[in-house]
This record gives sequence, C-alpha cells and structure tokens, in this order.
Amino acid sequence: MVPLPLFLPFAELEVGQHLYWHVGGFQIHGQVFLSSWLVIGALLALVVAGTRNLGRDPRGVQNLLEFIWAYLRDLAREQIGEKAYRDWLPFIGTLFLFIFVSNWGGALVPWKLIHLPSGELGAPTADINTTIALALLVSLAYFYAGLSRKGFRYFEYYVEPTPIMLPFKIVEDFTKPLSLSFRLFGNILADELVVAVLAFLVPLVVPLPAMFLGLFTSAIQALIFATLAAYYIGEAVHEEQH
Amino acid sequence: MDSITSAASVLAAGLAVGLGAIGPGIGQGSAAQGAVEGIARQPEAEGKIRGTLLLSLAFMEALTIYGLVVALVLLFANPFA
Repeated sequence: MVPLPLFLPFAELEVGQHLYWHVGGFQIHGQVFLSSWLVIGALLALVVAGTRNLGRDPRGVQNLLEFIWAYLRDLAREQIGEKAYRDWLPFIGTLFLFIFVSNWGGALVPWKLIHLPSGELGAPTADINTTIALALLVSLAYFYAGLSRKGFRYFEYYVEPTPIMLPFKIVEDFTKPLSLSFRLFGNILADELVVAVLAFLVPLVVPLPAMFLGLFTSAIQALIFATLAAYYIGEAVHEEQH
Repeated sequence: MDSITSAASVLAAGLAVGLGAIGPGIGQGSAAQGAVEGIARQPEAEGKIRGTLLLSLAFMEALTIYGLVVALVLLFANPFA
C-alpha cells in the first residue's frame, strides 16, 4: 500500500485503507458496512414513505415508486421473458436499486464530513467484497432458476448446439461473476479516483464535469448489472422451441 | 517494497491501462460509426439507437476497466510488496 502524498482534506485518497472490525474470526471492512446500511435504510425509508398512503391516483413518492417499478418490470420482462419474469423481478429490482443508490450515494453525499479512525465512507460498491458478493448471488440465482425450472435438463444447455461448446460454457460460469464484479468495482472506484485526482490538482469547478460523468456512468453501471443478471437468468430458464 | 519491485509495478500498471485502452478504443469507434450511420439513415430511431449505443459503450469500457483494476491492485494492494 502506497500512501499517496495528497494532503488536501477534501481530496484525500485512501485506497486500500479500511476501518477494520473484528467479528468472530473475520475481519470486516467497517466503512463498507456502515455505508451499505445507510443505503439500505434510505431505500427502506423511501419505500415505506411511498406506500403508507396508497392512492388511486399516484402522486409524489408513490408516483416515483410506480415509475421505478414499471421500468424494472420492463427490463426483467425483456430479458427473462413473459413466463418467468415475475419470479425474478424482486431480485433484479433489489440489485438495481441497491447498486444505483450506492453509486449515487457515494458520489452525492459529502462523506468527508464524517471522520472515521481509518478509511473513509463512500460508495459500498467501490469495495471489491460488495461487488463479488452481488455477483456470486447472481451466479447462485441463475443456477437455481435453471435447475428449478428445468431440473437436470438444465445441463443440456451446456452441450447445445454441439458438445464442443462444453468447456467454453463451463469457463463461462466462472467468468460471468468475475466480469460482473470487476466491471462494477472498477467503474465506481475509477470514478472516485478521477474526481479525487482532479480535486487535488484543481479544487474548484474543474472536477464538476468529471463528477457529472461519474453520475452518468454510475447509473449506467447499475443498469448494466441488473440487465446482465436478468439476461443470465433468462438464458438459464429459456426453453428451446422445437 | 524494494525499488525494483515498485519500478516494475508502476511500469506494469501504466502498460495495463495503456494497452487495455487500445482495443476498446477501436471498438467504441466502430460502434459510434454504426450508430451515426443508423441515425443518418433513420433519424426517427435516434432515441433507441442512443440507448443501445450507450449500453454497448459501457460494455466495451469494462475491458479497459479490467486493466485499471489490475493497475490499482499493483499500485495499492501489491501482493509482491
């Protein structure tokens, strides 16, 4: 770990430094835990506020929630297909909302005002452990989707269209979570680093375009993660038309 | 970290991002070319083309990001340090 020589209080880079908590025999990155729970709390508060007084004409928060729901339903239906998308809409929706709010929360909330003994608060998705956990969940989900829908006929997918594809399909099962997790982690960390380096060089105005670009890519990355998760599940439950 | 390891790590970090940017650069160029041609031929499909283009650009960008992840590991969490 190389401590970078950046001393401005609002442009400090602390990659690879964590607030360690010891739980049982495990080391836990405390700052990621704190910010994930803040994200989960914010999402819960939003949903509870939006569903307390349900009206026939949606307005305010309820309107926003219905818009998000319709958007996610279209996404899941497009990738998974008419038959199975209802079972997987909650999973896809949760992934999208958690990643989206994490990314934007990391970029928009001035976490620097909260001082931790070590490490810093930020987007939970800028930590590789979070993204690998999410990606492995997606792996489990598509195996479960395929096995529960088709039983052992699911493994026919590995030898279609020819058995020559078998090794590639097996390798694909490992590269899917790898690329999912690295894509999200790299993009979010890269956004934070670009903003931090620019803010170190020129503290005023100049980092703003990079921040807007960061918000844009964060949203796109959340969309990509959810789309790919839905696509993998759709691939697993897809029935060949004979 | 001894000096030869840190020198090699910094060099490798630069190469990882630099070489990793070549392929996706070419790919994004040809994707944008296709999108512009599509919009010129069918201006009414611009919204749909833009959405697909942005999604595919982000996929290509991920390839450079893999190089960046390798570079970041070398700089901040070097296993050989």
